[in-house]
Amino acid sequence: MAGDAELVRRCLDGERAAWDELVEQYSRYVYAIAHQGYRLRGPDAEDAFQEVFLRVYDRLGSLRDPEALRPWIAQLTRRVCLDRLAAAGRDEPSDLEPTGVEQTMEDLDEAFAVREALGELPEECQEVLDRFFCRDESYRTIGEELGIPSGTIASRISRCLGKLRERFEGRNEPPGGSGEVKA
Amino acid sequence: MSYDEERLAEVLRRLPAPPEAWVRAAQELPTARAALDTLVARAESDAAERARIVADLEAALAAEGIEPTSPLVSELRERLSK
Repeated sequence: MAGDAELVRRCLDGERAAWDELVEQYSRYVYAIAHQGYRLRGPDAEDAFQEVFLRVYDRLGSLRDPEALRPWIAQLTRRVCLDRLAAAGRDEPSDLEPTGVEQTMEDLDEAFAVREALGELPEECQEVLDRFFCRDESYRTIGEELGIPSGTIASRISRCLGKLRERFEGRNEPPGGSGEVKA
Repeated sequence: MSYDEERLAEVLRRLPAPPEAWVRAAQELPTARAALDTLVARAESDAAERARIVADLEAALAAEGIEPTSPLVSELRERLSK
């Protein structure tokens, strides 16, 4: 998987496929911040989601450190969600941070890192783990969609989780550090 | 922290997929932005066209093949109000 700096460069060069990739890569993260962190639902959640990507599209050129794409998008998303809560007519944005949002952000950052590791696994593992854990599909549906016997899904999930564990823990071994990037 | 399979599964569940239509609309932003620029240019050069666009911003965007999401409608409104 190419790094964020490369992805940003390609987007700024006007490469359409790069923008598609950026949206694909960050859509779950933005959605989860709005939904889990700020508890936005329905049209509010959708508007916030679209607003975030509109701002990303318009302001990508102003991102000083392209490697800091994730924290930058997180910050934009939080601002958009707060604006949306404020627009609902209650308080100033600074008074609207939901309880526990910092913990949610930590949890989502961890999940984002695991998902990046998932993206490095063979396609068959990405597919089966995503369908089962993120899309809540049954063994039967997965079997039908992927054309594999449903009786083998459980073992495939277990094998792929093992690979994911190896990949994720391999990414986090020293001397890699925490991977946290300054925004 | 050790990541056993159960924990990895729990972490994966934190990032469910958003509705596909939302993702598609966001991916269409470059096209939408170009269409929006075209609409604004037409409105600036033709008063009748401007009136038509202002009368129904959503329909104007939709006629350009653009999903009229709330942020895009707001932006079009703002640009036409200048």
